[in-house]
Amino acid sequence: MEEEMHTDAKIRAEIGTGCSPRGPGCSLRHFACEQNLLSRPDGSASFLQGDTSVLAGVYGPAEVKVSKEIFNKATLEVILRPKIGLPGVAEKSRERLIRNTCEAVVLGTLHPRTSITVVLQVVSDAGSLLACCLNAACMALVDAGVPMRALFCGVTCALDSDGTLVLDPTSKQEKVSTWLWKGRGLEAKGPESPQWDWLQEARAVLTFALDSVERKLLMSSTKGLYSDSELQQCLAAAQAASQHVFRFYRESLQR
Amino acid sequence: MKETPLSNCERRFLLRAIEEKKRLDGRQTYDYRNIRISFGTDYGCCIVELGKTRVLGQVSCELVSPKLNRATEGILFFNLELSQMAAPAFEPGRQSDLLVKLNRLLERCLRNSKCIDTESLCVVAGEKVWQIRVDLHLLNHDGNIIDAASIAAIVALCHFRRPDVSVQGDEVTLYTPEERDPVPLSIHHMPICVSFAFFQQGTYLLVDPNEREERVMDGLLVIAMNKHREICTIQSSGGIMLLKDQVLRCSKIAGVKVAEITELILKALENDQKVRKEGGKFGFAESIANQRITAFKMEKAPIDTSDVEEKAEEIIAEAEPPSEVVSTPVLWTPGTAQIGEGVENSWGDLEDSEKEDDEGGGDEAIILDSIKMDTGVEVSDIGSQEMVFHHVGQAGLELLTSDAPIILSDSEEEEMIILEPDKNPKKIRTQTTSAKQEKAPSKKPVKRRKKKRAAN
Repeated sequence: MEEEMHTDAKIRAEIGTGCSPRGPGCSLRHFACEQNLLSRPDGSASFLQGDTSVLAGVYGPAEVKVSKEIFNKATLEVILRPKIGLPGVAEKSRERLIRNTCEAVVLGTLHPRTSITVVLQVVSDAGSLLACCLNAACMALVDAGVPMRALFCGVTCALDSDGTLVLDPTSKQEKVSTWLWKGRGLEAKGPESPQWDWLQEARAVLTFALDSVERKLLMSSTKGLYSDSELQQCLAAAQAASQHVFRFYRESLQR
Repeated sequence: MKETPLSNCERRFLLRAIEEKKRLDGRQTYDYRNIRISFGTDYGCCIVELGKTRVLGQVSCELVSPKLNRATEGILFFNLELSQMAAPAFEPGRQSDLLVKLNRLLERCLRNSKCIDTESLCVVAGEKVWQIRVDLHLLNHDGNIIDAASIAAIVALCHFRRPDVSVQGDEVTLYTPEERDPVPLSIHHMPICVSFAFFQQGTYLLVDPNEREERVMDGLLVIAMNKHREICTIQSSGGIMLLKDQVLRCSKIAGVKVAEITELILKALENDQKVRKEGGKFGFAESIANQRITAFKMEKAPIDTSDVEEKAEEIIAEAEPPSEVVSTPVLWTPGTAQIGEGVENSWGDLEDSEKEDDEGGGDEAIILDSIKMDTGVEVSDIGSQEMVFHHVGQAGLELLTSDAPIILSDSEEEEMIILEPDKNPKKIRTQTTSAKQEKAPSKKPVKRRKKKRAAN
């Protein structure tokens, strides 16, 4: 345990080093997943990416309210709860994204007029939250035994202002860049003046959900400015990263 | 989802077992389940497991103005949420009774007992105080939520560090965690709730009931105590009638249990502090056991992205160029522009549908295509797919087909529409005689708002 602690401490220090699109050097953070940790839900999984941690619980296929039932397939519901405060609009939009991804993958027609509920709880947020939620949801659905046509995973990339790609960014690397005025007074000095501080972080943050069969794109959610070639580059990088994530899934399920 | 009802034979079995002093999980009458406390990487974040009941706690702080009648005290806010993953019966809107009861008990236990020194949370009297917010989320319900929640709350509060603030005369400086180490809250004592479940009208009691035992119990007695044997809160629910010596006996048991639990908490806090100071790894990743078959870890994995650029260029080269559907805005008059073309009206033959102009007044007019039917204009004749948004002066929007003559007029009278629900359709615009088409009604509200803005 001790030596593990040491090497892990070293690795932790290098978390999320960026890389140029040419050189190999991007890396995913330390992953961990535990399944079946809750006794009440039909399936549960806790997924950790570095310091970001999400707990997912799945109930289903179960009884559905008549108002929500669909006659020929299962009603999929996703609930995302933040750690602090009440859920707001951002959570609702993420729920939608995750739900659309799950609906594309879950074989709902095998269980008509039932409900499959995925409940996600943010345990800690240190960057790449949406990707971590997707991964946790997938592992929880597998743990619950919900029939799916493929597994899916989420990968986040951040683009620096000079086009450097960073996979699985930390929350520091994810902040979209801005100028910070730290001087006094209202003089509108330009960025060259020393009183401006360049909070350099990402120019764009892109999250993709990819499926396991052909690594096709299931969902994409982006924030910021990027060109179409950068989009394709990020997508290709995400596909390369998803290979590792799926290998992690396979190894963790094989135990 | 509805809660699965407890069968009669299961209920009888549980009660008979309790009468014979046996519990399903093999515990003794006064035994607690295993308590496991793990901390996250941020300060103030912890997960407490009481057997299988799991509660996540997080403390956060914010600078706010104080309450008017307590200008020198900080504000404490507690919120316990029964997450839907904790039990299938916990749906939003369904759990209000239990939720209110638990929240109220937690508040009484932690706020009224004055375990946190709120005076120390004051920064500038009357202007800025710290608001400490404790969010608890129940992740798995296996009985005895209140005990687990109270332990999680007090552990999170003890673990939390707030940013350091210094006041020099009139100047208040808030230091970030990088500038100065954050400061712990000042906690006087640690109140912990202990629950006692009563069966058979108070004859038998069990400490720390699990979910099955809670279902068959008659009543519950909760005593919140600290390690100095001071009772902070006591609550008896369920309508059981207890004798005085029963309550005294329970409080003695609670004293013993609270002492054990407090020791456990202090040890866990100390361990975490030691690990952080030594620079070792801390956080939830550490609390996932290595050897468990359901858990798996993978170290940092490098990804080779050297061919990313080539792949991207390939894809872009092979891709078809985007189609020329990009429409440019066309400016008709100042204040009116058109982007894109609409689709054919899909409403069909609708009669007698009317719309009220609820934005008040004859200034604005809305045209409904259905109304035009009555004036002999057939929508079906309109084969054209094009539509034009046309803002006539200040008065209203109108839709015309592209081959209709566009008449610009600032006259308001001509566009007035009289709203009388009984009468058959409204007056048609006199300006255009050609048939009109209209977009789907979903566009209407947008149009109306646009009008309002343009009018102003």
